[in-house]
Amino acid sequence: MTRDIAVVAFGQTDTLRTTEEMSEVEMLMPVLHDVLERTGLKTADIGFTCSGSSDYLAGRAFSFTLALDGVGAWPPISESHVEMDGAWALYEAWTKLLTGDADTALVYSYGKSSPGPVRDVLTRQLDPYYLAPLWPDSVALAALQAQALIDAGDTDEPALAGIAARSRATDNPHAQLRGPVPHGDYLVRPLRTGDCPPIGDGAAAVVLAAGERARALCERPAWIRGIDHRIEPHALGVRDLTDSPSTRLAAEKAGAFERPVDTAELHAPFTSQEVVLRKALKLGDDVRVNPSGGALAANPIMAAGLIRIGEAATRIHRGESDRALAHATSGPCLQQNLVAVLEGDPR
Amino acid sequence: MPEVLKAPLVVEFPFTRSLGPVQSAFLTGLRERVVLGVATADGRTLVPPVEYDPVTAEDLRDLVEVAPTGTVTTWAWNHEPRRGQPLDTPFAWVLVRLDGADTALLHALDVPGPDAVRTGTRVRIRWAEERTGAITDIACFEPYDGEPAELTGSDGTFEEKVTGIVAHARLDYTYSPGRAQSAYIAALSGRRTVGERCPSCRKVYVPPRGACPTCGVATAEQVEVGPAGTVTTFCIVNIKAKNLDIEVPYVYAHIALDGAGLALHGRIGGIPYDQVRMGLRVEPVWTDGGRYPDHYRPTGEPDADYETYKELL
Repeated sequence: MTRDIAVVAFGQTDTLRTTEEMSEVEMLMPVLHDVLERTGLKTADIGFTCSGSSDYLAGRAFSFTLALDGVGAWPPISESHVEMDGAWALYEAWTKLLTGDADTALVYSYGKSSPGPVRDVLTRQLDPYYLAPLWPDSVALAALQAQALIDAGDTDEPALAGIAARSRATDNPHAQLRGPVPHGDYLVRPLRTGDCPPIGDGAAAVVLAAGERARALCERPAWIRGIDHRIEPHALGVRDLTDSPSTRLAAEKAGAFERPVDTAELHAPFTSQEVVLRKALKLGDDVRVNPSGGALAANPIMAAGLIRIGEAATRIHRGESDRALAHATSGPCLQQNLVAVLEGDPR
Repeated sequence: MPEVLKAPLVVEFPFTRSLGPVQSAFLTGLRERVVLGVATADGRTLVPPVEYDPVTAEDLRDLVEVAPTGTVTTWAWNHEPRRGQPLDTPFAWVLVRLDGADTALLHALDVPGPDAVRTGTRVRIRWAEERTGAITDIACFEPYDGEPAELTGSDGTFEEKVTGIVAHARLDYTYSPGRAQSAYIAALSGRRTVGERCPSCRKVYVPPRGACPTCGVATAEQVEVGPAGTVTTFCIVNIKAKNLDIEVPYVYAHIALDGAGLALHGRIGGIPYDQVRMGLRVEPVWTDGGRYPDHYRPTGEPDADYETYKELL
């Protein structure tokens, strides 16, 4: 690695149960303007733009091309898109900056889960031969993982309820669920409504910059010391659902284990998944986990992973963290995992 | 601001998918009530079988029969089955390690309640009555109290192999078009075409999408355009579209409504198709109950000068 690259700005919408009065670009645009204003950059100043979203969520083909209207993509800009969470768009932008082709990058992602039946929509990402024809919804698959953890003695239902309560005891103004929330009835046992993420719409954006450019744009840049992503075998029955070797490997490659972190933003849409991630990442009790509330407080699908990186970076910008870990996931039962390690300059 | 518009949107897509040799044998086997796994180089048997080793990525081709009986490795109680799931009464999702297999297969277990299932429960396959060579040839699992069932002795060779599946999918959405497009549609219901002006470049977008794609800023100022406009370019359609009650050939055109900063498209009628030309002045024709112009017809004005619309091509 020859260039230092940092998150220099982060913005996000409130996550709302529905944003039916807005199109996707109308939802996204204020966030794009927010991060540009924070840095004083204009669209024309951005070297590379990369976005993450999925047309399946709202059922709108090529919605990401319409979202580009909010960027101001004419005259043509250097741009790319991933059909994944924006954390993976950030990874692509990071590699682009590493090559030296660009000094700044705008990364954004958005998701509107409200128009469709999101539990069913997510079945369409599964193996089309053996899984998708059975329509195993996202909560059902997470519940299989939760039961495996309970059977292994890694957690129990009260402990899961405790994770939910701690997550939602956040002061994050953008959160959809905040404060005491009833833990509710079983949705798919052993998971209760409180163990599951709220369904909501939202968007987020990040500006990356390299080297001196980062220092010029941000008082205390959140330097990306390492970032890596890995995937599990795609057959659920091949995996040990109580563990996440891909998270551990990504963390190792990102340098997460070289020194302790003080803060971790984990993308665990289900309470049980935090148990898996804490174990895989060897997080001690002294690490602040998900001060933002994480995905249990707000889970705009396709943006929730990028938001983890943004939240971790923001804490470094504000001087509340010196070394933070951010994690993003995609797919059923923590199928794919990305880990980034962010640091601020010594104070 | 007009009320939020909503409409049902159904997305349906039958994917036709071909099978590799291992998947073909497995799904053909299910049709014949035989369960096949695949052996890895290190001696494990994967069920359901995959074409490549998940650890080493080596080609896997050695088929191994396993029993239709097995053990639950984890489960989840689904008290409210959803559309398309294997059973329409409450059931347990289960991962089952079949006798002879080293990995687990996902399916449904038909038991009366969550107290009737636990990790370690012994189960067997309940075969679907009609089997076509698909994972749904397993109707579900049911409790089974006994030793591993006997194998059929199959070596994975079958007559009339299944070579593909058709995977149906249907998702039901509620579409809402957002602020700018809602305003556009609401105005259309009063037979007015209303675009939005970019506060930066002053261009008027019709139909508006809420943002200026050049400047990347919100459009908001509403501007009524038309009703008349100019054909900027066109094509002659010679193939009849399914369910379309329009005689071919007909002309489909880009039409720059007066005052608009870009052209929208519509059908041209009231003039022989081979007389439509760039610069032709047209106006909308509404039908009773129509929510948008049925087509555009000539106004009878002289053709527009090329200079007036060349930027809108």
